[in-house]
Amino acid sequence: MIPAQKAFLSGNEAVAAGVRLARPHVIAAYPITPQTTVIERLAEMVEDDSLKAEYLHVESEHSALSACIGASAVGARTFTATSSQGLLYMAECLHYASGGRFPVVMMNANRSLALPWNIYGDQRDSLSLLDCGWIQVYAEDAQESLDLIIHGYAIAEDPHVLTPFMINLDGFLITHTYELLNLPTQEDVDVFLPPFRTVNKMDLDHPMSLAFTAGPAYNQSFKQLQHQAMMSASKVIFETEERFGQLFGRHYPGLIETIHCDDAEFILVTLGSVAGTVRPVVEKLRSLGERVGLVRIRYMRPFPDTEISTALAGAKSVGVLEKDISFGYEGTVFTNVNSALMRAKVLPPRLLNFVGGLGGKDISATDIERLFLRLKSPDDGETVAFI
Amino acid sequence: MVEIRFHGRGGQGAFTAARLLGVAVTLFENRHALAFPSFGPERRGSPVLGFIRIDDQKIADRSIITRCDVVVVLDDTLLDASILNGLQRGGLLLVNTAHSELPLSVPAHVRTVLVDATALALQYLGRPIANTGMLGVLAALSEVVTLQSLLAAVRHEMKGSSAEKNAVLLEETFKASGGQIT
Repeated sequence: MIPAQKAFLSGNEAVAAGVRLARPHVIAAYPITPQTTVIERLAEMVEDDSLKAEYLHVESEHSALSACIGASAVGARTFTATSSQGLLYMAECLHYASGGRFPVVMMNANRSLALPWNIYGDQRDSLSLLDCGWIQVYAEDAQESLDLIIHGYAIAEDPHVLTPFMINLDGFLITHTYELLNLPTQEDVDVFLPPFRTVNKMDLDHPMSLAFTAGPAYNQSFKQLQHQAMMSASKVIFETEERFGQLFGRHYPGLIETIHCDDAEFILVTLGSVAGTVRPVVEKLRSLGERVGLVRIRYMRPFPDTEISTALAGAKSVGVLEKDISFGYEGTVFTNVNSALMRAKVLPPRLLNFVGGLGGKDISATDIERLFLRLKSPDDGETVAFI
Repeated sequence: MVEIRFHGRGGQGAFTAARLLGVAVTLFENRHALAFPSFGPERRGSPVLGFIRIDDQKIADRSIITRCDVVVVLDDTLLDASILNGLQRGGLLLVNTAHSELPLSVPAHVRTVLVDATALALQYLGRPIANTGMLGVLAALSEVVTLQSLLAAVRHEMKGSSAEKNAVLLEETFKASGGQIT
């Protein structure tokens, strides 16, 4: 009666469905709101044998990622999920995973950081960890979340990349919101994503050193290789999305998505689910003759500097809306966008940083209309505005 | 775009009602929906909300629902003026209650319907859980969803005797609210 592939799922359930389709060998996780239902669903799948994986109940996030690193070091495909304080508790291990070139895939439910204690969504957790050597991508909805799990393994495990992959979902707004999506079939995912093969593993027939020490003479060489691998991920991301589009019919736009930017004078740059609130506002203002546009950043690492500066080249006024603040300066996304513009010598007459949504504060369509009005108004000298 | 808010207490299935409605309109009517609970900690007995946006096209906006076309109240001990927040002119207020009057004044432009869905739930489910019953009322009194889609959704999401009992409850509340089964 209904097409087999249609489902009405939450973002967390979509992630769990994507993980099962990717056939990981090892899942290790510790529950934390709003990530919990992902690992509950995965535990149920392992229990009912619809997912043949080793599910490790660990005592902390630090151990969860450590277990994934250990399993990856024997050639296993691994998954973990966390959020907020849990991600920060993993911080040491994040560098072990990226430095060791272990392509762990992780889902992070974006959530505020204490204090004051708060379980609701903002993006300070992952954005504060941009420098840990993980690919970072921000989903807008449940369908993209599911698809990114499958992309994630293909990208992270590419021999030129071998870099761990973090998929960020806005806490509650994506993780706990139910929506219609298309589930890929196992047969198609098996074609798209072959089993993980790597030489970067413990193998008695081909012994090699892993997780070793490198002193001053060599250490920087490893870090340069890590940087090159991350930079090369951009090309692999495009190729992976192209291949995915051909097989599954869903097409993704690369590191950023642009809406009406070609002739836009006033452009809002943002990331995550709030882009969904911006979309209808842009269409409404366009229908009234306003030349407005949207840049949705999907990947924060590798950072799409050329794509962003190209999209913003003709704008009179640009606002960067983010759920983050680097206390004492500005939002981290704004810093990165500014740097991209400076590199390209693209200098819009006006650049504003809108900081909002902290601790789950709602951002409504009316708020977004106000931001566009602000972009059109005369410069008042302010750069960072809390909305 | 139709926006609906469900008021209930933790354990009464306010969010499950929103989710079932989402299943009905997306999987069985080829429409789109976003269904979400009032975010945060859940406690049995405490006031909770369920929300749903329904549209013919994909819905991008995930901000809080502030305007409602329909408000459904599962528990009449929750009735106060805040129930009416955002309810639009010509909106529909559906209240599960054994009383014949509401303890609050409702603007004349709101269509108010009182149903004792708990009594019907006790009769057909053997439990005082009125969430699916109120969906039957919604199907009878609005164009939001058809009874057929709700029945299909209940059978898609529930198993065995639970699915069949809830299907009967849906039909009975639908009929009790004037719906014609064709």
